[in-house]
This record gives sequence, C-alpha cells and structure tokens, in this order.
Amino acid sequence: MIRIKNLCKVFKSNKVAVDDLSFDVNDGEIFGLLGKNGAGKTTTIRMLTLQTRPTSGEIIFEGAADDLAVKKMIGVVPQHINFDQDLTVGENMELHARLHHLNRQEQRQRIHELLEYIELGNVVNDDVRSLSGGMKRRLLIVRALIHRPHILFLDEPTVALDPQVRRKIWQLIKQLKAQGVTIVITTHYIEEAEQLCDRTAFLSRGKLIALDSPANLCRLNNAANLEDVFIRLIEDDKID
Amino acid sequence: MIRLIEDICTVFWRDWIVLKRRLTKFILSRMVAPILYLVAFGYGLGRSISVEGGTYIDFLVPGILALNSMNISFNSITPVHAERVYHKSLEEYILAPIAPAAFVIGKVLAAMLRSFISSALILVLAMLFGASLQPLSSPVAMVTFLLVLLINSAIFAGLGFIAAMRINTYEEMSQVNTYILLPMSFLCGTFFKTSTLPDTVRFVIELLPLTHTSYLLRGLGTGNEVSVSSIVVLMIYLAIVLSMSLRAFNRVE
Ligand SMILES: Nc1ncnc2c1ncn2[C@@H]1O[C@H](COP(=O)(O)OP(=O)(O)O)[C@@H](O)[C@H]1O
Ligand SMILES: [Mg+2]
Repeated sequence: MIRIKNLCKVFKSNKVAVDDLSFDVNDGEIFGLLGKNGAGKTTTIRMLTLQTRPTSGEIIFEGAADDLAVKKMIGVVPQHINFDQDLTVGENMELHARLHHLNRQEQRQRIHELLEYIELGNVVNDDVRSLSGGMKRRLLIVRALIHRPHILFLDEPTVALDPQVRRKIWQLIKQLKAQGVTIVITTHYIEEAEQLCDRTAFLSRGKLIALDSPANLCRLNNAANLEDVFIRLIEDDKID
Repeated sequence: MIRLIEDICTVFWRDWIVLKRRLTKFILSRMVAPILYLVAFGYGLGRSISVEGGTYIDFLVPGILALNSMNISFNSITPVHAERVYHKSLEEYILAPIAPAAFVIGKVLAAMLRSFISSALILVLAMLFGASLQPLSSPVAMVTFLLVLLINSAIFAGLGFIAAMRINTYEEMSQVNTYILLPMSFLCGTFFKTSTLPDTVRFVIELLPLTHTSYLLRGLGTGNEVSVSSIVVLMIYLAIVLSMSLRAFNRVE
C-alpha cells in the first residue's frame, strides 16, 4: 500500500503543480490518475517515484524501510522516451538489468522473453534511435518490467499509439494485475481508465476533485459514462 | 561494499561500450590539438629556445600532458549533460537502487580512462618528436608521474560532472570551455613558467590545480625533486570536487 498525505509541489516559478493531495493506493489494484494536460499527473508520479522531492507532505510505501527499498520494488514507465541514445535496444535493456542487479543468466533470459513478447526480438542489436514511435513505447514499458517490480507506475503509456497496440498494452497491464502487481497509471484517455482502473482519481489544477471506482463515479454524478463525469467535474471545478 | 563496486562497474561498462565503438574516431579527433602544439611550439618555435639548460620540447611535453588530461577528462564527462537535460536517460540511474556515489565514481573513472589513453598517445608522439623523458628512469618517479596525471584527470572529470549537473544549456557548457579551460590551458605553467607573470596574476594562477599538475609533471619529467605540497594541494582539490559532484547529483530532479 502507498499512503499519500497532504502532498504538495510548488516549482521555483511559484507554480503550484500539486496541491494537498491525500489518498491511498491499495495492494493489487489498478489506480488511475486522470486529468487534463497540466493537471499535475506527471508531477505526482515523479514525486511518488522519488524523482522529484515534494515541497511538503508525505509518501509512505508500506513495507519499504528506505528509498533504496522503494526503488527495488517500483517500476517506472515515464511519459517521455528516455532511452540511452548511444546504446542499442539490447544494451538499453542490459543496462536496466544490471542496475537492478539481475545475475547474468536472469538478464539474458528476462530480456529475451520480454523482447519476444513485444515482438522486438529481431531488433535487439539495432540502434535504439532507429525504432518507430510505437516500438519505443512498447520497449519503454517492458524495460520497466525487467526486474519484476511489485508496483508499476505508467505515465500516459499509450499516448499516440495505434488502437491495436493500445489494446495489447491494456492486455499486458491486466495480466500484470492478475500476477499481483499494483499499478498506478495516468491517462487522459477516459476509455483507458474505464477499461482498466479499479479506482480513479480526478485531478484538476493539482487538486484531487474525485476518487472512486468508475461505476460509483458514474452513479454519484448521475452520468452515463466516465467521460460525462469528467466533463461535469471539470465544469464544477471552474465555477468555484 | 561489493554492491557499490558492482554498480560502479555497471556505470563504467556503459561508457566503455560507447567508447569501444568509437575508439578510432575518439583517438584521431583528440590528437589534433596536442599534435599542433608539439609541431608549432615544440618543433617550430621551440628549436631556437632553451629553458634551464634543456630543450624547449622537454619543457613543453609535461605541460601538454597536463592541459590535455584536463581537457579530455572534462569533455569526456560533459555528454552527461545531454543525458540529463535532453535525452533524460539519467533517469534510469536515478530510479535504480544504486548508491549515488556509484554513478559519480563510475562516470569519473570512465573519463579518466579516456584521458589516460590520450596521455599515452601523447607520450609516444612526444618521443617521436625527439623529447627525452626522465621519469621512465626511476620507478618511483614513474609511478608518481602517473598518479599526478590520474589525479589531475579525476579533478577535471569531477568539475565536468558538476557542470553537467548544474548548467542547463549547451551554450553555457561550451562557455566553460572557452572562458575557463582555454585560458587555463595556456596560463597554468604549461607553455611557460608562471614566474614570468605579473605578481597578482601569478598569485591567482598558482592557486589553480592545473598549475600544480604542470609543475609536478615537469619536475618529474626532467628528473628534478618536486615538493609534496603540490600533491597535497591536488588531493584537496580532488576531495572537494568529488564531494561537490555527489551533492550535485543528489540534487538533480
Ligand atoms: N519543472 C517544472 N517547472 C515549473 N513548472 C512545471 C514543471 N513541471 C511541470 N510544471 C507545471 O506544473 C503543472 C503540472 O504539470 P504536469 O504534472 O506535467 O501535468 P500533467 O502530467 O497532468 O499534464 C503544469 O502547469 C506544468 O506547466
Ligand atoms: Mg504528464
């Protein structure tokens, strides 16, 4: 479980990106962070994954004594492509495996099986720059899985992907959940949240404006689907 | 402790495979400046000059080694700037369960290796140009000579690392080369003795690490006694620079 208490991030420019967030992420659930561009999703993920320090507030990973223990149990798929441009596909994977202390045999086996799964086994020795956008996205996701994380953070993992590839990624995420992995995913595709999430948090201007299961959110807001909920909540938020 | 060494090796491994792939290119491009210095100042200008009873080229070679090890190690580590600001591939290391020191040490060692390779090449070239090098005659002098070169490259690799962590634009990165490294290349006892400089300038120049490196390498290279205090000064610089590098890395967001 992850407990988030009164989390705030104010950038040097005095921009309040995240404003007093409090919520828990339960073990084994798929937790969605929804919100328009600029709502504070990425900043929240970056604080949860120890890449940016909170201005105030607390993040507690149950069962992790220190930052190193947290880093061992999390996997992170960033919003932007962040491969090492000087390394090949396979070397990028190997770097990750080495940094997470897999032994030689595990490294080879895990990299092989993950590359096969995303049908990139044949480009293992290619320059990472030569991959298409969709290939890079898929590689970015499986790289984060090499060390079998217990908690996976995905920041808009299916942005700009073909529908088939997007569905394949959804399938993968569901599979991971079935294996007991806790998943925190941000998206601005409502359908994605509807398809995947056990619970969804709506962010607007850094604030949490709703948090519940998609079904409950629809019921409570008298909406037919999550999209209507989204529009209604955003409008309400503008009024006050 | 074993984990730390393993993680240092991982960071070093990454730089090593990148270097291996471009070794020839790296060697050729980094040899241009030192060859020009040797030709222009050693062979051309230097034939008519003698310094302290020796030839100018014998005086010059330790200076070129010092300035070259500074430039190579600094510039070998500055691609980390692009990894941080542009490609964001630094995030992999920040997210990994490794000690931050492992990253700093691994990167510095990789830069030292590059600097070491080019120093070795300069020594070979210098001998082809007819320089005579004394340190090869005594094992103690030889080891000290090597040690000074390594410390010097570690200091400037560390400075390069700090710059890569703190500076945000490419332009500013290249300004460090133009306004700091280039003047030091010429003034820090590399081409001429600092004693010929005006007192105030000299005072400042003699505080700089490269001046101590030039002085030490030249002393050892010509078979003279050197003062231990210069080695101590370099060690102090090294300790400060490495701890600042670690701090700079820990602060990256
Ligand atoms: N490093 C930064 N410095 C200043 N402002 C930032 C920084 N990163 C993000 N912001 C601002 O914080 C807000 C939230 O950004 P972000 O978390 O990226 O939103 P989202 O991921 O929901 O699109 C935006 O207004 C953005 O411009
Ligand atoms: Mg974002």
